[in-house]
Amino acid sequence: MKKNKITIKDTNLYYDDFHALKDINMEMAENEITAFIGPSGCGKSTLLKSLNRMNDLIEGCKITGDIRLDGEDIYGNMDVNLLRKRVGMVFQRPNPFPMSVYDNIAYGPRTHGIRSRVELDEIVENSLRGAAAWDDFKDRLKQSALGLSGGQQQRLCIARAIAVEPEVLLMDEPTSALDPISTAKIEELVQEIKDRYTVVIVTHNMQQAARISDVTAFFLLGELIEMEKTDKIFSVPKDKRTEDYITGRFG
Amino acid sequence: MSTGMRKSHKKQLMDTIKEGGVGFAFLVSALVSVAAVILISIFIFANGFSAIGKIGVADFLLGEKWKPAMGLFGIYPMIIGSIYVTLGAVVIGAPIGIMTAVYLAEYCPKKIYPLFSGLINLMAGIPSVLYGFFGLVVIVPLIRDNLNSQGMSLLAASILLGIMILPTIVAISQSSLKAVNPGYYEGSLALGATHERSIFAVKMKAAGSGIISAVILGVGRAIGETMAVIMVAGNQAIIPKSVLEGVRTMTGNIVIEMGYATDLHRQALLATAAVLFVFILLVNLAFSIFLRRSSQ
Amino acid sequence: MNQASVSEQDKDMNLELTDCACSPNIRTGSDSESDGKSKISSSRIDSKSTVRLRMSGLIARILVKGGALITLAVIFTIVGYILIKGIPNIKLNLFEWEYNSENVSMMPAIVNTIVMVVVTLVIAVPIGIGAAVYMVEYVSKGSILAKVIKLAIETLAGVPSIVYGLFGALFFVKFLEFQLSILAGCLTLAIMILPLVMGTTEEALRMVPISYKEGSLALGATRVQTIFKVQLGPATPGILSGVIIAVGRIVGESAALVFTSGTIAKPLVSMLSSGRTLSVHMYVLSGEGFHIEQTYATATVLMVLVLILNGLSTLIAKKLGSKNENE
Repeated sequence: MKKNKITIKDTNLYYDDFHALKDINMEMAENEITAFIGPSGCGKSTLLKSLNRMNDLIEGCKITGDIRLDGEDIYGNMDVNLLRKRVGMVFQRPNPFPMSVYDNIAYGPRTHGIRSRVELDEIVENSLRGAAAWDDFKDRLKQSALGLSGGQQQRLCIARAIAVEPEVLLMDEPTSALDPISTAKIEELVQEIKDRYTVVIVTHNMQQAARISDVTAFFLLGELIEMEKTDKIFSVPKDKRTEDYITGRFG
Repeated sequence: MSTGMRKSHKKQLMDTIKEGGVGFAFLVSALVSVAAVILISIFIFANGFSAIGKIGVADFLLGEKWKPAMGLFGIYPMIIGSIYVTLGAVVIGAPIGIMTAVYLAEYCPKKIYPLFSGLINLMAGIPSVLYGFFGLVVIVPLIRDNLNSQGMSLLAASILLGIMILPTIVAISQSSLKAVNPGYYEGSLALGATHERSIFAVKMKAAGSGIISAVILGVGRAIGETMAVIMVAGNQAIIPKSVLEGVRTMTGNIVIEMGYATDLHRQALLATAAVLFVFILLVNLAFSIFLRRSSQ
Repeated sequence: MNQASVSEQDKDMNLELTDCACSPNIRTGSDSESDGKSKISSSRIDSKSTVRLRMSGLIARILVKGGALITLAVIFTIVGYILIKGIPNIKLNLFEWEYNSENVSMMPAIVNTIVMVVVTLVIAVPIGIGAAVYMVEYVSKGSILAKVIKLAIETLAGVPSIVYGLFGALFFVKFLEFQLSILAGCLTLAIMILPLVMGTTEEALRMVPISYKEGSLALGATRVQTIFKVQLGPATPGILSGVIIAVGRIVGESAALVFTSGTIAKPLVSMLSSGRTLSVHMYVLSGEGFHIEQTYATATVLMVLVLILNGLSTLIAKKLGSKNENE
């Protein structure tokens, strides 16, 4: 059994009066890929964003319970910026900054105090290699990131997230805005990087969850219905609702 | 449908004429602005250029002596004066204005926001003469009493104009900050950057062209401002050697002497306006270029 | 943690202007301890850099809030100073019908200002609305004509008032021989506020739901009928807010009037006689420097007028905002 990286206990989340997450209890193991699936509005993205406190930005959002990273309460004494450095995130829509490819990747390290050009060069190269994008990007580091295709932008965003050496990588439907070829590349990449990172991915696409994840969690109306090894959940779901969902009988 | 509701041919014809007539009136209204620009350009430039022709381009633009009684019409000191005053205004107004815009866009609590932005609107609505009067009774004495100066000075004019361009800079910078793709900010936070770094290193960079265009519009306001500047600048037609000396701008030159000027002197003042107009057109051009870039 | 309000941090950041010192990032002490414990595989990024990040954040916050404070202070000082100095100096004889150097009455100027506002609006508002309707309904956005008109409007919006004033002096006063007169002043100001009226009307018209127009046309109404009966109606509040701002500009204008309507301090005789508005009166008084008390009082009256107009436009904008939200 692998070590637990993230522990979620009795967690409830409200947007004003709306009860978006109900009594969530789950654990995510180190160096595994956990997929969150479920119909729109089931709370899977909300839960993902609770893991690096991006929900803090939403007004009226209130959370109770206990979420721990390596046993540390992330809503307690932990500095939120440090948390986000340790728990990186890739968004649904690729959001490279309006800067060069190089500056995009160097942004995080610079944020955390690295100024030396040599070090930055090294980080940029390693991050791009880590995101299997070095060969594509090495000749256009000075180009604006906004000129890249959607798939390239998303790989750049992954490289950018890797550049601050996170322990966990959250991915919020990272391929939903991409074409099938770019999607395949990203999926391949996600599987490659799991040796180094704990990955949590939200996806609309059940095949994607089945293809790349080790563990799958199914959410419905703010509740965690079932969490199982991926091969199990897709072959012998325990809960009727999970079965209905993965066989396409609703949503 | 009953036949009574069907329009008669005659009525239909009348309607068509009415439609066309009203449409034509709309067109004429729309062309008023074009006609105004053409007329303004003709009247200002025709009068101005004939004076410049008589005085000589170099003597007029680069002449350092403005002594109408002696037939000397060099507006170089006024051009420099306008530039100094405008630069001073930007140095003072731009940082404060941009910071205020950042505050409004990124920090201001929701409850205070309507009040604060209402005050900025109010500031934009205060007439030049009131600003000028305030400068005259508050800023000028402050400078006179605390610094070794007669008070009416480049410094006083710069401070006053810096204040007057604040609402312009705040409003446009703020709206360009608000137009920035929220994904940039989130992306930066998700890398562990603070609120501040996300704003200063990413959002403001993305809003850069918009903020620059805000400052340019402020420059346009400052260079064209007249009454307030006259009231605090001292208006000596020589290039000031320090910020504590008096200064005369192009706008000031026009208003101060137009009342009694005749003949070539009067034309030279119109030529000053022509030069000012060219400055303004250039500033407007720069503004629209940056604004277009920021909307892309 | 329990019951930790998640948006607490952002709220914290947003507290009053003066709260720099209690923002969340100041919890440096306890944080750096936990940083020590949570020291992770990362070799390069240490807690020292976190401290530096916080320091620069603090400095940035001080700059932002400092800038905002200066702006606030400036507004309150200007408005407050003029009101406080002026209100005690407001005397009844300042409002006598005839001006003389004894009473320094601002009454003629007030009358002239009202006339100026009314006549200028009568000229500019129909033209501005007509032009806006033409831009929205009659011409496609990309056409050359539309571009030319837009360029003209943008240029007019940037012309400084002194240039308008000189143009008015050359064209209306001299060329059309209106002499220094209220009428010449009104015509000059009408051109000056045209971009404002047109711009706000255009914006308001574009906000009117297209379904209104389609509904009307589908009932057999003509284009002109549709414009007047269903499109201009809903756009009225937007147009009105533009008009109020325009009133403010007319009231506050001085540079464009000195050489067009002139500085005569008599009450209005006819549209073709010279007369000073309140702002011009203010300029002349403060230039003379003889009647300090009366100047303060005049400044106060002008300021109050501006405050009222500003309040009105805010009110309309608010109504507009809440109406749009309902839709």
